[in-house]
Amino acid sequence: MASVIARGTGLAHQAARAPGVADSPLARRILIGVSVLFLGAMLIAPLLTVFGYALYQGIDRYLAGILEPAAWSAIQLTLLTAAICVPLNTVFGVAAAWAITKFEFRGKSLLISLIDLPFSVSPVIAGLVFVILFGAQGFLGPWLRANDVQIIFAVPGIVLATLFVTFPFVARELIPLMQAQGTGNEEASVSLGAGGFRTFWRVTLPNIKWGLLYGVILCNARAMGEFGAVSVVSGHIRHQTNTMPLHVEILYNEYQFVAAFAVASLLALLALVTLAVKTAIESAVARSARLAAH
Amino acid sequence: MSAISLQRPFAAARGRSWRQHSALPGFGLTIGFALTYMGLLIVVPLAGLVIYSGGQTPLEFWRAATDERVLVSYWVSFSTSLAAAMINAVFGTIVAWCLVRYDFPGRRLLDAMVDLPFALPTAVSGIALTTLFASSGLLGQWLEPLGIQVAFTRLGIVVALTLISMPFVVRTLQPAIEELDLALEEASASMGADRWTTLRKVVMPMLLPALVTGFTLAFARALGEFGSVIFIAGNIPFQTEIAPLLIVIKLEQFDYLGATAIATTMMVASLALLVVINLLQAWHRRRTGLGQ
Repeated sequence: MASVIARGTGLAHQAARAPGVADSPLARRILIGVSVLFLGAMLIAPLLTVFGYALYQGIDRYLAGILEPAAWSAIQLTLLTAAICVPLNTVFGVAAAWAITKFEFRGKSLLISLIDLPFSVSPVIAGLVFVILFGAQGFLGPWLRANDVQIIFAVPGIVLATLFVTFPFVARELIPLMQAQGTGNEEASVSLGAGGFRTFWRVTLPNIKWGLLYGVILCNARAMGEFGAVSVVSGHIRHQTNTMPLHVEILYNEYQFVAAFAVASLLALLALVTLAVKTAIESAVARSARLAAH
Repeated sequence: MSAISLQRPFAAARGRSWRQHSALPGFGLTIGFALTYMGLLIVVPLAGLVIYSGGQTPLEFWRAATDERVLVSYWVSFSTSLAAAMINAVFGTIVAWCLVRYDFPGRRLLDAMVDLPFALPTAVSGIALTTLFASSGLLGQWLEPLGIQVAFTRLGIVVALTLISMPFVVRTLQPAIEELDLALEEASASMGADRWTTLRKVVMPMLLPALVTGFTLAFARALGEFGSVIFIAGNIPFQTEIAPLLIVIKLEQFDYLGATAIATTMMVASLALLVVINLLQAWHRRRTGLGQ
């Protein structure tokens, strides 16, 4: 996932009108047509399907699908999970990025690789590792049962699995950004007598706010939408351990398509809001880069 | 960063040899928290998986990891992921080229939409694609008379994997295309090469490292995907079962050892891919000066 800050502003299409580097108008039209068809079939059509199916029997059926008690408790569990996971992984991301980018120590590149590890593990395996630890036949299963603590097929398991899959998002955005900014500003602040926390709050945070926000919204989108990992640890107990994506699956498998797509449309809206915020951040970054250049 | 180490050349001699001295505070607190949190959440659970799967004899492990149904699922996962990555290598390159080089109505919207698979929950794309490509669906009703069945076949798995892995190719190629030196293309044209020859002989070789990196990232992501696939695949044993699904099936039968055997095999494969990706990115940076 390329960092939002690292991406260029893309004015090459203006330069590419120069003689000798322009594609023929026909080739241009064909390539644009292929792109629009490909993205249309792969992205736009599925999105329209979600909203179309959710609404085609009228707004009443749509609202009924969302306001039904089982859907409502799934929405609450998804919000609760995100409310726990996003702050924890944000604190981790900031702490890890501070240690990695402001100091030199041995094993740093190993640490950076380890942070990325959850991205290269299948979500199903992310759920499986917690079943192995806390499940009935897992390492701690007998002890947990003796002490009447339930983690798997309960909310703690869902939170743990979601924490695992959303672990790298904030750190991954902040590390390249803070590496590029160096340590000069912070050293100046500390030498003028500011404490560590004040230096972070007044000097570092204003410089990283857009990258931080970007990491947080991506982390949130994944926390609310995670399916594979959560599905393994949830047990799919209605009103108790169903998150929104799991509820969508159950409704779909019961052929309740309108209700399934109604709940799915909320998740699709979340995705669209995430993309809108991301685009807004990118133009804010481009604007401040232009201002800084003048 | 190197400025600090120049100012304090003797820092290492003062007994803190694993890190260089710095004027900034907070190292102990932040690294302590980061390592503890990562250790408990990521390292211990993954190590637990490996230890647990080591609790069986090598023969048992081998049997569980290479059962015929499991072998077929590896092949289904591998071949469909490869196909999806190749489709994205072709269409993703075209999309990235158009988004960077051409200006057309809707360009900014399409550019923003490329990230949709990162933001859209996989279960949502799964049910949407299945509905679209079912025989009564918007796209399926046109493909069915042509003898092309997508839903509940391996082709359906390829479609789902293409969707979820698309941004990796496009987003890796876009900065590489932006950084291309137009003077090289002009030089090629002024020496008499036609546009196609220039693209083939000048542009493509410069984009190759980014393309290979994007391809590998897409392939790695597709191998582990679960949510979008299980809806469209139909999950027919020996035909359209992917490897992650077999882990779930084994778990539902409380066959933890069988599940960990498949999971360990998959993890070894994805770690190998991770090493390949890191090597490719190093090559990519050397060739283009661009990083992640």
